[in-house]
Amino acid sequence: MAVTNIVLAGLGGQGVVTASDLLSTAAFSTGLQVKKSEVHGMSQRGGSVTSDVRFGEEVFSPMVPDGEADFLLVFEPSQVEINRHWLRPGGMLITPDDIPEGSLRNRKSLNVALLGALSVQLEFDEATWMQAIRSRLPAKIHAINEQAFAIGRGAGERLGRETQTEGV
Amino acid sequence: MATNERMLLSGNEAVALAALHAGTHLGTGYPGTPSTEILEALDQLGGRAQWAPNEKVALEVALGVSLARGRTLATMKHVGVNVAADPLFTAAYMDLVGGLVLISADDPGMASSQNEQDNRHYARAAGVPMLEPADAQEAYDFTLTAFELSERWGIPVILRMTTRICHARTQVCPGPARPGSLQPGFQRDIPGRVMVPTHARPAHRKLRGKLEQIARWNDSEGPNRVYDGDRRLGIIASGVSVMHAREAAPGARVLSLGLTWPLPMETLRRFVGGVDRCIVIEEGDHLVYEALRADGLAVEGKPEMYRFGELNVPRVRRILAGDTSPEAAPPAGKPPELCKGCSHREVFEVLGRLKYIVAGDIGCYTLGVLPPFEAMDTCVDMGAAIGVGLGLRHTLPPEEARRVVSVIGDSTFVHSGLTGIAEMVYNPPPTGHVVLIVDNDTTAMTGRQEHPGTGRSLNHAPTQRMDLAEVCRAMGVKNVQVVDPQKPEDDFEGALKALMERDELSVLIARRPCVLAAPMIRRYEQAAREGAADHAQAPTP
Repeated sequence: MAVTNIVLAGLGGQGVVTASDLLSTAAFSTGLQVKKSEVHGMSQRGGSVTSDVRFGEEVFSPMVPDGEADFLLVFEPSQVEINRHWLRPGGMLITPDDIPEGSLRNRKSLNVALLGALSVQLEFDEATWMQAIRSRLPAKIHAINEQAFAIGRGAGERLGRETQTEGV
Repeated sequence: MATNERMLLSGNEAVALAALHAGTHLGTGYPGTPSTEILEALDQLGGRAQWAPNEKVALEVALGVSLARGRTLATMKHVGVNVAADPLFTAAYMDLVGGLVLISADDPGMASSQNEQDNRHYARAAGVPMLEPADAQEAYDFTLTAFELSERWGIPVILRMTTRICHARTQVCPGPARPGSLQPGFQRDIPGRVMVPTHARPAHRKLRGKLEQIARWNDSEGPNRVYDGDRRLGIIASGVSVMHAREAAPGARVLSLGLTWPLPMETLRRFVGGVDRCIVIEEGDHLVYEALRADGLAVEGKPEMYRFGELNVPRVRRILAGDTSPEAAPPAGKPPELCKGCSHREVFEVLGRLKYIVAGDIGCYTLGVLPPFEAMDTCVDMGAAIGVGLGLRHTLPPEEARRVVSVIGDSTFVHSGLTGIAEMVYNPPPTGHVVLIVDNDTTAMTGRQEHPGTGRSLNHAPTQRMDLAEVCRAMGVKNVQVVDPQKPEDDFEGALKALMERDELSVLIARRPCVLAAPMIRRYEQAAREGAADHAQAPTP
């Protein structure tokens, strides 16, 4: 099985690292090898943040090589163009535009909604994702994030169908 | 009690877990990206961890623990080792007892640092062994190995990590606890511990003997391994570079160095002799390459352009291909900025508008150099604001000297500002000087850690608070004032201007809790009050 490469990008404070924690936890719980990395520190003061998640049978570098990301999740429209270089040809970009405007009870859960959209493309079942959310987030925000995940997943299913009709 | 547990841990968490399994008596250090989470994780796992005011003190405390036959961990970022270098070099001469592991967390590429120094030099310069894990599993394994090596040879051991080890999560299968057999207690050993010249001269020879023995051990049973592959290409690597290399050259034979100082020269000679072409892939300086060339081995290194920044898979592919064509610059991201509501904003708005010459320092407030403030003229190392500011004041013509102000954070002030104040009081410039302490009641940039000035210990429980204003007064600073830069009635700007106009020594403390830390600080204070109340109500036994 080839390694799946995912880059998550946004601004400090948008939950990029939380999202990559959830994604890597979900992947790891299915028995796959997982590596995830990002830089902390300066980048957390509202600046650009990226986090790399890679999983498969065997993963070496913890960093997604430039131009090899299968999926790029961008949390903030202004960060799309500067991160597009991570995608491989034919790789899939997922952005806030894919989540219906006003559908989230709390905009802070956008990170989890984007994971919901991504989840359609990955082979982990929904229980795996719910388990990741419950094990890594505080109990009082489980409900809102489960709802955000479901909205994102619904959006992702529509997105997947559109992508297929375009034949990309 | 071997476990089959499989965990996804950062390198920092893996070190903390291993320190716990090693029976560490005390972990100590100073916060610094990318090392900070180690002690926090150790505390959360139930181990004993505390922040020291700076890395030098941390290593000295660790040394005491070792001499009391306890195991100890001292954590710091790469530049922190500069601060701890004084005790490190002499500790290498001493006969330690309990395992002492110094974690050096390097930041190649400078994600959050003022330089990208390669701390592998410290192992060579101080004469201490160095282990370099390639992932979190090795961070766990090598931490345990480091304690055992340290005790076997009575020597400090450096575990060198980098950002992509510290902050990368990978699988860890922890083993059973290996706490060692020492019990704390004191045994006098004057020649091994009192480093006066008569003891230090033989101690230096003894150190070199230890290193020879460790080099032999490294050759026979050191934590180095060969990933077999085609003999046409051999790669020698350590740390995360091992992973980049195995991915970039899947067919190659790779020697992964675990104990990187003293080098396992026999192992290296054998490896180089067994492949047609051999190339050293190392992040940072050309240290392993130079050591092998000095030994007469026909290895290739990397072109000079790859000394700078982090390595990654594409860069390793380029090194292997001998590609020295210019690399595409990654698109510029959005730079970090001071948070909305942060009181440093008011401070730097004033400093910029008044066109002061600002000797700055290390912390969130270094962001005052960026637009829209652009109100900083120097940033060097922890505490440099005061010394550099004084040097400027001593040398500039009086009208310019009167515009110089030193700006330093509260945690940085405790770390390395006190000696600067001593210098200021001892050798005052003719125009006096003003030190502005921007006190946000936390070590903000690294993620809001406590320090002696907050009055809370690493786990946020109350402890004695060091009062910065009282300290400055006691040291002989004539004018010491405390203002809240967001309270109009405190008139921060007016207070600063008034002090700058006097040819006297002044400390102005601009105090307001960090906006991100403030809710947590209120919780800690509430908990402390409730704890104190509970304590007062408890029946006396």
